[in-house]
Amino acid sequence: MLPPLIVERALALGLGLVAVTDHNTACNAGAVWRAAQGTGLAVWPGLEVQTREEVHLLCLFEAWEVALDWQARVYAALPPRANRPEVFGAQWAVDHRGDYVRTIDRLLATSTALGVEEVVEGVGALGGLVIAAHVDRPSYSLLGSLGFVPEGLALAALEVTARGVGKPPPGTEGWPLVSSSDAHCLAEMRVGMFLEVAAPTLAEFRRALAGHAGRRLDLVAPRV
Amino acid sequence: MADITVRTLADSLGLTVCSGADRMDQPVTGGYASDLLSCVMAGAQAGNVWITLQAHMNVVAVAALLDLACVIVTEGAQPDEAALRRADERHIPILLTAESTYSVVARLAALGVPGAR
Repeated sequence: MLPPLIVERALALGLGLVAVTDHNTACNAGAVWRAAQGTGLAVWPGLEVQTREEVHLLCLFEAWEVALDWQARVYAALPPRANRPEVFGAQWAVDHRGDYVRTIDRLLATSTALGVEEVVEGVGALGGLVIAAHVDRPSYSLLGSLGFVPEGLALAALEVTARGVGKPPPGTEGWPLVSSSDAHCLAEMRVGMFLEVAAPTLAEFRRALAGHAGRRLDLVAPRV
Repeated sequence: MADITVRTLADSLGLTVCSGADRMDQPVTGGYASDLLSCVMAGAQAGNVWITLQAHMNVVAVAALLDLACVIVTEGAQPDEAALRRADERHIPILLTAESTYSVVARLAALGVPGAR
């Protein structure tokens, strides 16, 4: 998924906003942001963090520098194990043209030592927001592992997969829901939501999640 | 713990072999039970039997990475076709049971399979 191709595909799909949430890293999010400059596509840099409970949490920011601050915390919490590309795949950082820059040696496809609460607090302190990823899946999901959302956890929303839109699982009651493509390749990219907001900012997104001041968020059921 | 192999486990516990049938004579060096893959990566040793209720593709990746003797998937969990194909490619025996992880570990201990060192 090279940055210029992500941007091209997003524009072809009619997307106005994408978030880049690579596994335990934001190393390529800046390149996607740069590739999108001048196209009208807004890009939020983020990470999908795997907590020590093996729960996936989407951490969203507006500025790449802030995402990199969080990335530093995440890297410090990863075990000192090197990637095995033949088992887990290559881990490359590329630039806005899609050219190779360097290889990330530390294994990213594993849990950090950060717990769910720690991630929510840490991201919140940086002004970002946290969404529990694919809660309708049995693996790597907050509801799959725990069965409920811990009381008082300051999540912004819960994410359901395309299959879960319209059929939210038990445990999601009362929570704002989002759905996105969770694309691991270009063909998986899709329009998951429509946002009616004044600008593609986290503050506006929060308003849309709460339905405040005329902002709204509607999930798109996937085409069958 | 002489001569316990993957076949010994499958026969003694009545497990269903759904991949890696060519590696049933692998010796088993010990056992590790966890459903958190990151713990298994840190704690299991080569030649161990891994007992888990997880049945997804990453289980096969971790078993291959660590050179485990086999994986016992508990609670009636069913790996999908893609995971089983990968397990066959990597020669990883995946053995199924409807029993709980606790019950399986108890029976393995009774057979003389020690914990991973």
